[in-house]
Amino acid sequence: MGRESVLVSADWAEKNLDTPGTVFVEVDEDTSAYDTGHIPGAVKLDWRKDLQDQVRRDFVNQQQFEALLSARGIANNDTVVLYGGNNNWFAAYAYWYFKLYGHGDVKLIDGGRKRWELDGRPLTTELPDRAPTQYSAKSPDNSIRAFRDEVVAAIGTKNLIDVRSPDEYAGRLLAPAHLPQEQAQRAGHVPTALSVPWSKAANEDGTFKSDEELTALYRAAGLDAGRSTIAYCRIGERSSHTWFVLHELLRHSDVKNYDGSWTEYGSLVGVPVAIGDEPGSAS
Amino acid sequence: MTSAVDIAGCGAPDQSDALPAGIDLAKETVIGGTVRADDGPVGGAYVRLLDASGEFTAEVVTSPAGQFRFFAAPGHWTVRALSRAGSGELIVAADRGLNDVTIDVAAA
Repeated sequence: MGRESVLVSADWAEKNLDTPGTVFVEVDEDTSAYDTGHIPGAVKLDWRKDLQDQVRRDFVNQQQFEALLSARGIANNDTVVLYGGNNNWFAAYAYWYFKLYGHGDVKLIDGGRKRWELDGRPLTTELPDRAPTQYSAKSPDNSIRAFRDEVVAAIGTKNLIDVRSPDEYAGRLLAPAHLPQEQAQRAGHVPTALSVPWSKAANEDGTFKSDEELTALYRAAGLDAGRSTIAYCRIGERSSHTWFVLHELLRHSDVKNYDGSWTEYGSLVGVPVAIGDEPGSAS
Repeated sequence: MTSAVDIAGCGAPDQSDALPAGIDLAKETVIGGTVRADDGPVGGAYVRLLDASGEFTAEVVTSPAGQFRFFAAPGHWTVRALSRAGSGELIVAADRGLNDVTIDVAAA
């Protein structure tokens, strides 16, 4: 099981557009990009409308996920090939989500939409026509999902990785800089969390760095290979990117994504918060 | 497209939108502008904002008219554009309010 089992090149993708049993899926928060042009045959998943419960702050449940994939014509034995904008943030989130609900064969297109566009590969506005399926999801695998109490308990005991930008980590910014900075939650990071921005794991064209570069990155950051790891960001999609790197590319065994992330943690009453560029202490 | 101030999301809003209602320019440091090549604005360019240490902070895709916009903080930033027409970058000393910049791109 190397990176080729979870990551495919844009070239591979273009050659396999018509391969039976392979479904291309574009995942984005803002799906207007899909509507103006997508990889031929690709199905659209809207991160906000399709993958989030519309009332509670949580995922869609197992039955909702089954209904969604059945309606989009995705079968249990299909190879699902995900890609998207924002350097594959939301596609990585969907990858983690498909794994959470037990889908067997899932892959990401290296570089996502950006690499595909910069290469000048074909895009179409034609919508795919897929027959509905009877998709059957497994119960959620919470061995890859962290909840808030686990994060508080992990302070000083597990690897916590904050993958936001250095200014968000330090508390100088409250959101990624393409969003307004007036936000409700407190600024800062979970004490003892290491700052390893997701972007350090990617090249400028959105492709992932090599296994050697990635291994060196987390070693230099002080990740303790003998401990379990929880990654977080602001809403859990940039940390899915890092979860993918640690769990799927580097094959670390116990890695969780905390999808509540800073919008939850920074709003909790009574939990410790560190500000500034240093991890801070557990006490 | 929902409002850019919706904290539930994390993707970039439409880069040609007017500034969302409720944005206080006395508080926000907005770095925005246009990506241009020799033959005019470049839509679909990838523009990233790097902090004073050169670390990635955000990335957006320009509107068909080549527009982009970041919400940063006062200080020095690098704005870097990558597109099929080429790449280019600019260092910006940003203050609160609107900081309007033009990034020229050319094939290397």
